[in-house]
Amino acid sequence: MDRSPIIEIRSLTKHFGQFRAVYNLDLTVNKGDIYGFLGPNGAGKSTTIRMLMSLIAPTSGNISIFGKSLNSHRNEILSGIGAIVEKPDFYLYLTAEQNLRILAKMNALDLDTNQIHKALDQVGLLDRAKSKVKTFSYGMKQRLGIAQALLHDPELIVLDEPTNGLDPVGVKEIRELILRLRSEQNKTIFLSSHILPEVELIANRMVIINKGTAVIEGSVHELLNSGMLTVTFSIDNIEKSKDILRESQFSSSVLGFSNDSNLHIKLSKERIADCTSFLVDNGIGVDGISSTRSLEEYFLSITRS
Amino acid sequence: MMHFFTVLSIELSKIFSKGRSYIGFGAITILVPIVQAAMYSEGEAYFALFTQGLQQQFSFTGTFLNGYLIAFVVLQSLLVHVPLLVALVAGDMLAGEATGGTYRILFTRPVSRHTIVLAKYCAALLYTIGLIAWMSLLSMGLSLLIFGPGELFIVSSSITVLQQSDILWRFGYAYLFGILSMATVASIAFMFSALVENSIGPIAMTMAIIIVFTIISALDAGFIRDVKYLLFTNHLISWRLFFEESVPVDRILLSTWVLGGHSLVALGISLFVIVKKDILS
Repeated sequence: MDRSPIIEIRSLTKHFGQFRAVYNLDLTVNKGDIYGFLGPNGAGKSTTIRMLMSLIAPTSGNISIFGKSLNSHRNEILSGIGAIVEKPDFYLYLTAEQNLRILAKMNALDLDTNQIHKALDQVGLLDRAKSKVKTFSYGMKQRLGIAQALLHDPELIVLDEPTNGLDPVGVKEIRELILRLRSEQNKTIFLSSHILPEVELIANRMVIINKGTAVIEGSVHELLNSGMLTVTFSIDNIEKSKDILRESQFSSSVLGFSNDSNLHIKLSKERIADCTSFLVDNGIGVDGISSTRSLEEYFLSITRS
Repeated sequence: MMHFFTVLSIELSKIFSKGRSYIGFGAITILVPIVQAAMYSEGEAYFALFTQGLQQQFSFTGTFLNGYLIAFVVLQSLLVHVPLLVALVAGDMLAGEATGGTYRILFTRPVSRHTIVLAKYCAALLYTIGLIAWMSLLSMGLSLLIFGPGELFIVSSSITVLQQSDILWRFGYAYLFGILSMATVASIAFMFSALVENSIGPIAMTMAIIIVFTIISALDAGFIRDVKYLLFTNHLISWRLFFEESVPVDRILLSTWVLGGHSLVALGISLFVIVKKDILS
């Protein structure tokens, strides 16, 4: 199976005045991934997605999608992406069918009524095709959002909290639809959420972002089921620690870095002392060590903070 | 290029799917026949009152109350109010997307922001042309049907009587100039629409600018005297120049440059703002 990178984000940073919304974010999403983009509210998920979709300009850093720079190949890249960005807003004075027709035309597609109805049927809105969107509930708009994201058969689907506002049946349907899109059509899905169990159920890889920085990244299975501890070292030199850890026996255990001073690493209880010694022996000052038993516990701790 | 016309047709369909877009056409459809009905019943008395002072020096035979005079009166009175009707739609072109949160679905399509802004601007201009065309059709066509043609009697700083054969082309140019004037108003409303994220702001700002500039234009003091010819409000009613016996081409050209310049600057600012804008709504 082709596992080439679809999204490559390098050193992505976005400032709004003095406020740092995203800082030095790196991530790679490969073809066929359902990639969970997890973080508490205000972590920088939507800002990152807006940068991915060319809605806001990064302060610094690079975004490549389909192997091309978003900066220089914007239209070409966007024609291969279907997305819901934050809330599912539509032209309220138009019907569901008219909204989809307009959006298809913007993607240079001239769809006939049958094709539009098929897209609406896929999300259970066929019977409301002729209704104005202003009469829709939030959940129905969310479904319409998914329909418009899939309308032009994109290679990459970016979904920002797609189950917001849906009832439990709707959540299950959307989850199944996402899994089907991956298994039957090998679509790549970038899924943002603030709910760990939601990502856990469908994603194969994930990143946790907090205060604009990736703190943990890896395979969902490994992150959730290894039975190891998630250990956070408060250290005095992040850049140096990155260099020395890269070449060390701990390189594959590193989960990420945050807040300019925290190193997150997956370790067994017995190896915490070894890792501490390794850092100190290499000139890294360790100011504190904390550990959590599971990823969920860790995620809840940053969500609460 | 294909994308531009696709987006333009989408923008026009959006304009005509909104109720507010019909307010202008509705207002003109109601107001013009009211003026015509009033002139039909009270026109002779109105004309006599209007020319009361002149009748001591001149003798009037026959009637000057005809379709051309009514069209002239309508043009004069409606162009005062049409800016509001134009701003109602042009001011919503971009701000409406921000208010509705639809920038997010619009600007994530494989169409450049330049293309979208230009298509929206052209759609607002086509709406403006449609509004003036409807106004001219009702005021001129219907008035000629009801009152018939005749000589056009105009009193301003001087008295001008235009022969029937010398009128139609003047109206043609006057309506074209009216389109330019209202296109300038539309451009300014469009620019404010790019700057703010609510639909009422651009309309209020456009009308405020027109009122403030009109007041400044009326002042005849100091440096204002030297620069007021640059204010677009000074040129909005330059269509009247086409009804002077000898049409002052140089003044019309100056007005065209000033209005065209304002429109281009407003479009340039709109493009710059939207292309650079971080979409946070």
